[in-house]
Amino acid sequence: MAVIAHDPSRPTQSHAEVTRDVVRTITDAPTRGYYMLVAGMAFLTLVLFATVVAELKHGIGLAGYAPPIMWSVYITTFVFWVGIGHAGTLISAILFLFRSPWRTAVYRSTEAMTVFAVMTAALFPILHIGREWLFYWLLPYPNQRYLWPNFKSPLMWDVFAISTYLTVSSTFLMVGLVPDIAAVRDHVSGWRKKLYSALSLGWTGADSQWRHYTRAYLYLAALATPLVLSVHSVVSWDFASSIVPGWHGTIFAPYFVAGAIYSGIGMVLTLMIPLRKVLKLDHMITSYHFDNLAKLTLFTGSILFYAYAMEYFVAWYSGSTFEQATFWRRAFGPNWWAGWTMIICNAFVSQLLWFKKIRTNLTSLFVISIFINLGMWFERYVIVVGSLANDYLPFAWGQLNPTWADWFLLAGSFGWFGLWFTLFYKNFPIVAIQEIKEMIPMPRRKSGEAH
Amino acid sequence: MASHVVPGVLGHFVHVDGACDAIRELKAGGHADLTVYSAAPNHELEDAIGDPISNVRLFTLFGGLLGCASGFGLTIWMSRDWPLLVGGKPIAAIPPYVVIGFELMILFGSLASVAAVFILSARKSLKGRPYAPEFSDDRIGVFVPCPADRAPDVQALLERHGSVEVSHDA
Repeated sequence: MAVIAHDPSRPTQSHAEVTRDVVRTITDAPTRGYYMLVAGMAFLTLVLFATVVAELKHGIGLAGYAPPIMWSVYITTFVFWVGIGHAGTLISAILFLFRSPWRTAVYRSTEAMTVFAVMTAALFPILHIGREWLFYWLLPYPNQRYLWPNFKSPLMWDVFAISTYLTVSSTFLMVGLVPDIAAVRDHVSGWRKKLYSALSLGWTGADSQWRHYTRAYLYLAALATPLVLSVHSVVSWDFASSIVPGWHGTIFAPYFVAGAIYSGIGMVLTLMIPLRKVLKLDHMITSYHFDNLAKLTLFTGSILFYAYAMEYFVAWYSGSTFEQATFWRRAFGPNWWAGWTMIICNAFVSQLLWFKKIRTNLTSLFVISIFINLGMWFERYVIVVGSLANDYLPFAWGQLNPTWADWFLLAGSFGWFGLWFTLFYKNFPIVAIQEIKEMIPMPRRKSGEAH
Repeated sequence: MASHVVPGVLGHFVHVDGACDAIRELKAGGHADLTVYSAAPNHELEDAIGDPISNVRLFTLFGGLLGCASGFGLTIWMSRDWPLLVGGKPIAAIPPYVVIGFELMILFGSLASVAAVFILSARKSLKGRPYAPEFSDDRIGVFVPCPADRAPDVQALLERHGSVEVSHDA
């Protein structure tokens, strides 16, 4: 008798069990730990906004930046969070088009992470303007000065890329949520029933709804796929289209996209490893899923390894003394510690994932994910701050001296992101109910192959 | 005022093949206006229902083309409206505007796809058609609009194909 091996990407529960397990994550009373987590995140968010208010009063000079490092921690943190936002769309859209079944258990949480990460990232260019109330000057609107934005500037491309990405990724998340919210609606009562009835937009799972929904979801995925690749390419061109040594590289677009996905998956691991335990979803999000996420991390980490090596090679091979000096300073200059943190955390730590024992050990994976988060923030710090510090003209060189305002803004950004994510996972289905059910064969009266 | 109720028979199915057989026989018997509920999309059910492919794609195509044209139109017109030489580039420089054209193509195409779901789904009103919470869980629902005198025949058909629960709406 032939023995058919169980496909680990396929769920083992019944349809009813899937609904029950996911709805339980919403209806179970929040623990004291959850309230403490929300309070901690809310406190950090308050720190963020208190710092913003202080900067509104005293100016953004409160942060320790000075010429020539005018982008400093603001743009470093902006690029960091935009990068985090890339894993969600990779997993939800690109792997959907590739029909990778393992994505189903984790894509909802990564998609939510994407939206909240981009919401966090979008704060920083606006804060960096200094006069935040004038941010609308970036938009092309008819005005008394008869001026239009300069569309030849990569900064304007960024405005369009980031706002499109935020809109499309939010739309993708919300569209995916509608059938699942309807499933929750049918299993709760009281105020929750009212809330989820309104949010489910009259969804009943009728054939006339599925017919259009499945098509629209497919096209949304098809549109989001080039979008995710374009957004970080555009962010990279903020740097690459200038002539600053260390920025002016033709490899920047693929280098940034790989780095973004790498950092995003790092954050997915940081969030999902504890979350599956807390929400008791170990049977749905298994070590098989983490093994696949780890393989993606290894793949993108290896691209980063190559990109780092290629940057140094090109700096040497170009014969440009400015490029060579920039890269020499990255390794041995005043910010050597940042340069080596970036290389060790991103290029070398990711190579540990060649070993299956490490990939399937959740504790080691969690520790590696923390290194990834750290390394990817420092990568942006090295690129932004390190390159601006030493331009072509030695008399204009300078160093960044971050103040409490820089660190409070950075810590506050984690609070803002964490607050949204924490509220989301306790109030919305963190695992995609209908997509998991789609993978479970429906019961049949007659034996035989399903369609 | 009492809400409008569509008269007919609602059958609950546990087995997908039974539901598909029932749908095929109902359609062959002239019941074209069926409503089939399921917790997840299913190709067997889609085949049995036999509806043509959705027209969402036309909305996506139109939205994408409109977005792309808007992106290029916006940038080229605004550059010409206040002709300012920047960096030695032409007043209307196409390569940098590709980014704006591309982003707006994705934005408009995506929003048009979502709008299409609302517009196209609204063409078939589900108002007054019965629904049960089990359909978002693990059951398939087949609602057959029919006058009261034909309800017993429809009920018999549904039960013959394995319907585990049947209800009538007058």
